[in-house]
Amino acid sequence: MTLDPITMAGNKARGKRPSYFKEADTDRLMAILMALAGELAVTRERVDTLERLLAARGLLEREAIENYEPDSDAARERGLWHQDFIARILRVVQQEIEQFDEDRQARRQAREENVSATTELEELIDELAST
Amino acid sequence: MADADRQVPPSWNVVGRHGVFPEARHDDVARFNFLTNLNIHLASQVLPGVRKAYDYRVERGATPTNRREVGELLKREPMYQFWSSMRRNTMEMRQQNSRAMVFRQLPELVEKARQLNQDSETLQLDSAVEIPRYISAVDIHCMPGGYHTEYCEDDIAAGANYDSGIFVTTAGMLGRYSDGGGQALAKWLRDEAESGFRPRRILDIGCTVGHNIVPLAQAFPDTEILAIDVAPPVLRYANARAKSLGVDNITFRQENAESINAEDGSFDLIITCMFLHETSSRALPRILAETHRLLADGGKVVHIEQPQFSPDMPLYEQFMRDWDTRNNNEPFWGTLHDLDLFEAMEQAGFEREKITTQGLFAVVDETLFPSAAKAATDNEDYGRKPAWHAYIASK
Repeated sequence: MTLDPITMAGNKARGKRPSYFKEADTDRLMAILMALAGELAVTRERVDTLERLLAARGLLEREAIENYEPDSDAARERGLWHQDFIARILRVVQQEIEQFDEDRQARRQAREENVSATTELEELIDELAST
Repeated sequence: MADADRQVPPSWNVVGRHGVFPEARHDDVARFNFLTNLNIHLASQVLPGVRKAYDYRVERGATPTNRREVGELLKREPMYQFWSSMRRNTMEMRQQNSRAMVFRQLPELVEKARQLNQDSETLQLDSAVEIPRYISAVDIHCMPGGYHTEYCEDDIAAGANYDSGIFVTTAGMLGRYSDGGGQALAKWLRDEAESGFRPRRILDIGCTVGHNIVPLAQAFPDTEILAIDVAPPVLRYANARAKSLGVDNITFRQENAESINAEDGSFDLIITCMFLHETSSRALPRILAETHRLLADGGKVVHIEQPQFSPDMPLYEQFMRDWDTRNNNEPFWGTLHDLDLFEAMEQAGFEREKITTQGLFAVVDETLFPSAAKAATDNEDYGRKPAWHAYIASK
């Protein structure tokens, strides 16, 4: 068997892959998008390494990047960067979750004030215009 | 500082190295760091959204009566679709990233293992052992090729892949050598030893790379240990790994757990660690019967597993805990956790009043790794938190 690490790394696991979205295209797009996000994170981490080494030594040695190991402070800063990065690219999901609370609050208010419960902007504009 | 309370996992750099551990380059480490943090984000920031979507459905009058109906409701929820898709992708990416690292250096790794395993009496492979269908039918944990596929002569790729990537799946919560479960077992056995239970011979069933049994071997160097698995690539890796960590009291042997080549009553302690859910309805009673046959009078069997689904467990939690069955290639996961394990052990010959259960938390170096015992409850990830139920039977 020829060992081609690049192809073998991406082999499929035996067992049908579940689909999650209505369109198969969305499943595919999500997988590509996440891989892209991962690679961007990797690039950013590499730049971070470069910057730290340049600052520390004043010159760049390629081998030094391969061997760099963050100390606990740097590792923490990097971890926080990952979290910040992930939160930024998944902002739309965070906002969708916040929408649950917004809707719940709107429903409560609607019951109390006997008005429309919607938080859809267009309907709200109409509602505000008519009251 | 505003982010002072943020839980930041250790960088993958702190992972414990040994003689057959793959060498990571800068970007390999960064990929693992990204996935580790993505897993934490999904568990702490997105999963609560799935719960809110579910609660909203229930508020609107949906009344699921079993976990399948919970699934039907959730399958239509965009937040659940998104979370599931992301979760599946992090696992596939974790496999791809560590396989890329392992296959790049496979000839060197195989050679290192060969040298450590050369003339070793503690590695006993047997080509007559067949891979059971519950292992070969689907690749468990979405690990391509499973634990048994051999890509070259004396292959250890599956072991190296599993060992190096588990840190990502558990967000580093199993500690430096991903052995937090084994350390917990060692702590349990130290307590038992104080009250007089000192096993001379231990059997570990389904040992994979030996990460759960090495801590016991280190804590009790005079104890004779047999660790079995059906898959040669993980056994070769496990033996080389143990050797390079200075452990020589474990024999790694290729055996099918349903029929183990050992005399009746030959072990004082038999353990399985997150193994029973990797088997099948047909194999489980046979394996439990083997533990009863092989256990000496006065001995103990310890099974470490996830909690069982009981009627007391909320339906939503049941469904979420069952997620791995279909989405992480764990075909027996749900069936096992629906089972009354007490009853199954009783049928294998153990007396009901001699079976107990207790909670077990990963024991890790807390200066570097987050403690499972102290992990925030709002970070629940249904089945991935390193906290388990131990089922303990005495004979």
